[in-house]
Amino acid sequence: MSTYSLSDGLASGAPRLSRAPLLAGWIRESGVGVLASIAWIAFGLSCLWWQDVGDWSRTHSLGIAAFVIAAIALFGTVGADYLGSAGRALHKRAPWLLTLGAFLTLWEVATAKLAWLPLPFFPPPQAIIEVYTDDLPKLLDSVFASVKLQLGGYLIGATVGFLTGVSIGWSRAVGYWVHPVLRFIGPLPATAWLPIAFFTFPSSWSASTFLIALATGFPVTVLTWSGVASVSNAYYDVARTLGAKPSFLVLKVAIPAALPHVFVGLFMGLGSSFAVLVVAEMVGVKAGLGWYLQWAQGWAAYANMYAALIVMSLLCSGAITLLFAIRDRLLVWQKGTVKW
Amino acid sequence: MVALAEAVTHSAAGAALDIEQLSHAFDIDGTELPVLSDVSISVEPGEFVALLGPSGCGKSTLLRLVAGLDKPKAGRLREDEERIRSPHPSRVVVFQDPTLFPWRSVWDNVALGLEAQGVLKSQRHRVDAALDLVGLASFRNAYPHQLSGGMAQRVALARALVNDPKILILDEPLGKLDSLTRITMQAELVALWQRKGFTTLLVTHDAEEALVLANRVIVFSDRPARVKADIRVDRPYPRHRGDPYLADLRRQILGLLGLDATW
Ligand SMILES: Nc1ncnc2c1ncn2[C@@H]1O[C@H](COP(=O)(O)OP(=O)(O)OP(=O)(O)O)[C@@H](O)[C@H]1O
Ligand SMILES: [Mg+2]
Repeated sequence: MSTYSLSDGLASGAPRLSRAPLLAGWIRESGVGVLASIAWIAFGLSCLWWQDVGDWSRTHSLGIAAFVIAAIALFGTVGADYLGSAGRALHKRAPWLLTLGAFLTLWEVATAKLAWLPLPFFPPPQAIIEVYTDDLPKLLDSVFASVKLQLGGYLIGATVGFLTGVSIGWSRAVGYWVHPVLRFIGPLPATAWLPIAFFTFPSSWSASTFLIALATGFPVTVLTWSGVASVSNAYYDVARTLGAKPSFLVLKVAIPAALPHVFVGLFMGLGSSFAVLVVAEMVGVKAGLGWYLQWAQGWAAYANMYAALIVMSLLCSGAITLLFAIRDRLLVWQKGTVKW
Repeated sequence: MVALAEAVTHSAAGAALDIEQLSHAFDIDGTELPVLSDVSISVEPGEFVALLGPSGCGKSTLLRLVAGLDKPKAGRLREDEERIRSPHPSRVVVFQDPTLFPWRSVWDNVALGLEAQGVLKSQRHRVDAALDLVGLASFRNAYPHQLSGGMAQRVALARALVNDPKILILDEPLGKLDSLTRITMQAELVALWQRKGFTTLLVTHDAEEALVLANRVIVFSDRPARVKADIRVDRPYPRHRGDPYLADLRRQILGLLGLDATW
């Protein structure tokens, strides 16, 4: 890896290689890491060198933090060979670290220092940090409310959708009754129910749960159904000749065979339920990140909006990652699945 | 091999199979495609019957009817005097395709029958013995997509044998094996059949395989299949491929299949 040419030269006692290719090799291996460190030093300097055009309390801490990251990047790069997998991980991410440092420097200079971008709408990084440090309790409350609502609605929707899908795929009678209803109601965007849901349900919380469940349930139902319907008859034949009863055919043949489809439905349901969650929180529920965004907009607190958006994207991405992890666990038997 | 036979204490002897005036047809786009025409075969308990016939004549269809997976258009099927109406684990099929369950490991695939019948808990050793028999004990945790075609076929064989059937129905189970494994598996099959005494129906394309294994070879006509010849093979086991008696029968069978010219 990084030291191949280096240790080669050292091990032989008297370096046979001239200095120039050695240096070139070192720059090729570690150059990006050093540049990343420089970018973060630049970011730190950009925080501390000039006076802010506005009044932000976290500029100094941010600058210090940037220097700390720069130091970590530098030592991690120089000492990569002694750090094992951590060193390799850093090496792999060095280009991203460089880009991020450069972007933050530019952002800092363009907003807090020279005010190239109109100020209330484009807050500097330290303003967003300030939200995380000073408005943390409210933000955490919102996160908690959002997660609770989303989790409840999603689990209900996924469970009901899965059971409905299996029943339609398995039983012709159920299919006869449920299929037309599904076709009529399913394609309707869940948010279209919003006005009705909020006055028919006892609380805005239950109304939102219902809407999220609806948004999740439709894709899960359809894909589970198509998964069960597309299971090859050969599997049923094998199981039947081995003495399988109908319950075995459903639980041990149809469902496992349909599981890859089910997960596609679960992913689609997750995506559409996020949309419903945010809208429901903005319109009806007086809690959660969607509501926080709305509230921040009311106060023209743009830094709070960016801060909430970042948290929201981390949560959504985390939820998808979790679902991928569950899928990879359950579908180890599939080859060539996508890595998230 | 020995392990499996010993593991199965309540050895089930073979069952008699009566196929009486069986006819079957498929509907393809409204037109009727006759596949079996008035087939009658009476199989004694413990007999090893090989079925030979041109491709597409209806051999697999016959096996599906015997298994109880499909209902015949006309005629009767009986196992030990009892009408065959639905599948039963006393008649186990090894299909032409291995059709292993891709979401189950090799071990779990072989355990399928015992699990379906609800006896897996007390009979786990039978699964291990069956895997040993087909030489795949070291692949017990592999998934089907990690197996070669021949290995998958052997897993399918183990999955059938573990159930201790009274009638073993084999649809070209050795078709995908290399010639060496094939010869070994043929010997194993005969040994197992002699030890356990189950009735065997084997579809094969290979006249030599039929003659080495079976004590009765039935040759079918082109579609719709009717019984063209019913040949006894009275030779002791283990049989030798070079046996002039078998070579003679082989020539006769290939003639029935319309292959005199190439012989
Ligand atoms: N489910 C089905 N629907 C319609 N036609 C079928 C069906 N299964 C089989 N057939 C037809 O029945 C005929 C006999 O098929 P079968 O699979 O029994 O042949 P086979 O003797 O086993 O051939 P092979 O030796 O190539 O396996 C074929 O012409 C096939 O097209
Ligand atoms: Mg066939």
